[in-house]
Parts: sequence; structure tokens; C-alpha cells
Amino acid sequence: MRRSVLGRSWPNAIAVVLVIFFAFPVYWMISTAFKKTGDIISKTPVFIPFNGTLEHFSTATGADQFWSFVANSFIVTVVAVSASLVIATAAAFAVTRMRFRGRKAFVLVVMVSQMAPWEVMTISIYMIVRDNNMLNSLVPLTLFYMMMVLPFTIWTLRGFMAAVPKELEESAMVDGCTRFQAFVRVIFPLLAPGLMSTSLFGFITAWNELPLVLVLNKATGPGTAQTLPLWLTSFQTTFGDDWGATMAASTLFSLPVLLIFFLFQRKAVGGLTDGAVKG
Amino acid sequence: MAVQSEPVRAKTPGAGVGGDVPKGSRPSAGPGPLSRSTPYLLLLPAIAATLALLLWPLVETVILSFQNLNKRQLILHETQWTGFKNYTDQLSSSEFWHTAGRSVAFTVINVVLVMVIGTLVGLLLNRLGKKMRLALQISLMLAWAMPFVAQTTVFTWLFDSRYGVVNWFLDKLGWHSMADYNWYSSQYSTFFVIILLIVWGSIPFVAFNMYGALTTIPNELYEAARLDGAGSWKIFTSVIYPNLKPFFLGTTFLEVIWIFKCFTQVYAINDGGPQRLTETLPVYAFIEGVGNQHYGVGSAIAVLTILMLSVLMGYYFRIIIKQEDEL
Repeated sequence: MRRSVLGRSWPNAIAVVLVIFFAFPVYWMISTAFKKTGDIISKTPVFIPFNGTLEHFSTATGADQFWSFVANSFIVTVVAVSASLVIATAAAFAVTRMRFRGRKAFVLVVMVSQMAPWEVMTISIYMIVRDNNMLNSLVPLTLFYMMMVLPFTIWTLRGFMAAVPKELEESAMVDGCTRFQAFVRVIFPLLAPGLMSTSLFGFITAWNELPLVLVLNKATGPGTAQTLPLWLTSFQTTFGDDWGATMAASTLFSLPVLLIFFLFQRKAVGGLTDGAVKG
Repeated sequence: MAVQSEPVRAKTPGAGVGGDVPKGSRPSAGPGPLSRSTPYLLLLPAIAATLALLLWPLVETVILSFQNLNKRQLILHETQWTGFKNYTDQLSSSEFWHTAGRSVAFTVINVVLVMVIGTLVGLLLNRLGKKMRLALQISLMLAWAMPFVAQTTVFTWLFDSRYGVVNWFLDKLGWHSMADYNWYSSQYSTFFVIILLIVWGSIPFVAFNMYGALTTIPNELYEAARLDGAGSWKIFTSVIYPNLKPFFLGTTFLEVIWIFKCFTQVYAINDGGPQRLTETLPVYAFIEGVGNQHYGVGSAIAVLTILMLSVLMGYYFRIIIKQEDEL
């Protein structure tokens, strides 16, 4: 019995350290955003901002074109993720429910393209986009972000669809459904967790993306097509030592992902695991 | 439900039992040409997207890598072929090999840390009580969900030389020389911050996966091992590891590839500095290609990076395909 008592206290102690390690940077970002400038640049850190201020948030949101970059980021992300969901659902259905020549090859291509080296392809993408006079536009960004999440989306949905027994669809068809109706009524509802986890993953990927937008949409000025990650990096450069404003900007930028994560995590995490690891 | 109220069309009882034969409202139902082309029609958008958005840039990268393409040629839209010059230049430059070696070391250090600590955190999650587990899960989730650029700004702030809380803490611990330490002044200290940032941000994925994977091991296996007198380490090596081998291999290779390709954190922390000493291959390709406007050279570095990745991926896919065959 003594062993189990001991065995219960040290995991808790380690857990406390880990909780602090993982949560502290996030806490520090949010709390700095609310602190008065005097508390931020004090030699002794202020751990709890008792007399907080919203001033830094207004600096961030009042920065040049902030709201248009928010809109850009949302448009690009939502369109890219929705398009990839539609395209992937069709592809995943074909791959799991039909036998045809080239099926294995397609699956292999999906697997390989999951690992696409986007980070090093920025130069060629820049040339392609420039030659088509599409620099500083949201269209190429949306298309490439769609492609960045597509393989993973197909892969995950394929896993979820394969898990739905064929008999369910068949009995729906015996009951008089067409194949399409059977899909909509039987498979689609069962895909919900898969759709959720892939949307979450897609949202994070597109919302996060920096290298490509850094190359394609670096033009500044009115009506430019920058997104929030690019805005945040230039914000940090412009505002330099104004840590309150930088942390407020970072908090605002993180907020949508944090929210979505907490809303969907229960279902999404399992799906993410299945798609990424089990295959 | 809305679906229920939709009129059911084309009632053909028992018609769809064939499974692969689309029936119903389509004009030429049955094993006609349309049904044979259905899978291809469904795949068409995905294939078109892959060709236009992935294969094209990939081919373009290779083509550019054989050109002498700098700012001048770019503006004048000139095409100057130089054969393998970009490659031979890179392969004979010490800077390239330093960067490549640095990239490999960087990947190995990060992956080992992420996998070992992530696995331990996953095992810990499995042992904790309900409340503590929830607290740890939430804090892991916070780290995981933070966008890369936000992660980088926070770490820059934590390690700020004058007002950073890390320097204050080290000073409090009695390490007074750290009070105003500039972490971005040397290669190793900059790498320390980058590695800490990546490890912090990557562990949650591994830990959650590990925790999820652990739940798939039947309890009887642990009990049997315990009856045989196995300790924690023995249980890990004889029960957990063999059962979760596919998980370990899969996650490790994902991490290897992600970290090898990682751009945002390395670039955004200090732009690859000081003196370009924290550039990894993707950052090197970017800075040479885009920053210094040597687009041809940058593309050659990109192709070399892709070749290295392909070797890694080849190994990964062999494992996945093997797994697939076993299913």
C-alpha cells in the first residue's frame, strides 16, 4: 500500500510542473496584454495584472487595416477548408466504396502529398503566381491553402468512411434510397467527427501559414491582401518594444483557434490521431 | 430532421443491392459507361488540384534550379540555363554542408526530446486522477492550439533581455549574470530558445496521441505483466512498446518530417541569425532564394532539401504500406 501512496503523489507533482510549463507562456501572453505599460517594463514581473487596461488591445485593433487583415484571414481560411472538405468527400467516397483501376495509385499519391515540402517551394510558387499576375491577391493563397490541407482531409475522411459498414448503405438502398441519398443519410452523419477534426486541422494550418504569404503578399498599403500571421510579424517589427500591444495582437490572433479547439476538441483529437497515425 | 422531409425519389426497391452499381435518377443506370467513369469523376477535382497546385510548383522548382535567375533576370524575364551549376556550387560550398548538418542535428535533437517527453507525458496522463488529468490536458491544449507566429512572439517576449520573465527568474535563482542576457546574441542560445519553443509546441500532439493509443491496450495485458512481477520499465518494454510500435514509428516519422521542414518558428524567432547561424535548410533556401534574390540557387537548395525529405519519406511509407498489408 505504501508504494501506491508514493506512486500517487509524484505523478501529481510532475503534472503540476508540466501544467505550469505548458500553460505559462499562454498565460503570460494574455496577462501581458492586459497590463499597464509600467507593469510590463518593470524589473520585477507583475504576475497578476490587478489594475489592468484594454489600451493595448485598442492599439492592436487600431493598427493600420487590422480589420481588413482579419477579414482576409477568415475568408482565405474558411474558403480553403470548405473547398477541401467538398473535394475530399467526393474522393474519399470513390476510394472507399468503389473498385476501379488506379485506386491504389491515387491513395499512394494522397499519402505522399501529405508530406509536400511547401516550406521550400515558395520560390517556384512565387514565380508561377507572378507570371499569372496574381501577386497580392487572396485567390492563389486560398488555392494553395486548400491544397495544403486536401491530402490530410482525404486521408482522414477515407478512414472514417471505411469504418462505416457497407451493409448500412445497402440496407438504406434496399429501403428505396438512391446511392446518393444513402450517402447523405447514412454515411454523412457518421462522418461528423471526421469532418470536424479535418476542419480543425485545416483551420489551424491555413490560419497559421506564414512562408507563402510572406512571399506572395508582402505588398503593404491600402487594399493589400495580407493575412494575420504576416500582419503579426510586421506588427512586432513596427511596434518593437511595445510588448503590451504585441501580446494583445498575438492574443487576438490566437483567439479563434483557441475557441475552435475548445469547442471541438473532444471529437477532433481522436479523429486527428486516427487520420495522422493509423492511416 | 430536414433530411426526412425531402421527397424520396425514384423508388426502386431492392435495386441497389449490387453495391457498386449506381441506381436511381441517373439516366444511364447500370454498368454503363457513366457508372464506370463515376469514380474518376469523383476524383477529378482532387486530381486536378494536385496537378495544378502541387505538381506544377514541384516541377517549376526543379526547372528553376537549372537556371541562373537573380533579380536582373527576374525583372527582364530572361531565362538563362546553367545546367548543374547551382548544384555543383552548393555541393562544393561549406555553407551548404554546414546548414545541412545543422538541420539534421536540429531535427534529431528536437525529435528525440519531443518523442521521449511526449511519450512520458502521455503515460503520465494515463496515471493521473481525473482532475489533474483535465488540468494537464487543458494546458497541453493551450500550447497546441496557439498559432506558430503567436508562439514565437510569446517566446521572444519570455526571453526578452531586459524585461523577459526568464532572465528575471534566472537572476532570482542566483544566476545574476543572466539578468540582462541577450539570448539572440549567440548561435547556441538562439537555438536553445527555438528548440524549447518547438518542443513546447510539439509535445501536446505526441502526448495526446500516446494517451489515446494507450487506451487501446487491453487491461488484461498489464495485469498479466504485473502478475509476472514486471516493473514500470518492464511493462513499457514488454507490453506498451510492442503493442504501440506502429504508433511510435508513425508519430516519430511525422515529427521528423515536420521538424525538418519547419520554417515559421526558426525564421520568426531571429530571421536565422545571428550571422545566419541558425538557418536550417528551409530557411536557408528561403533567405538565399527570396531574401537575397538568388531564385535559381534557392530552388537548387529546395530540390536538395526535397531529395533528403524523399529519402526519409521512403522509409516512412514502407512502414505504412507494411502496416496496411497487415490489416
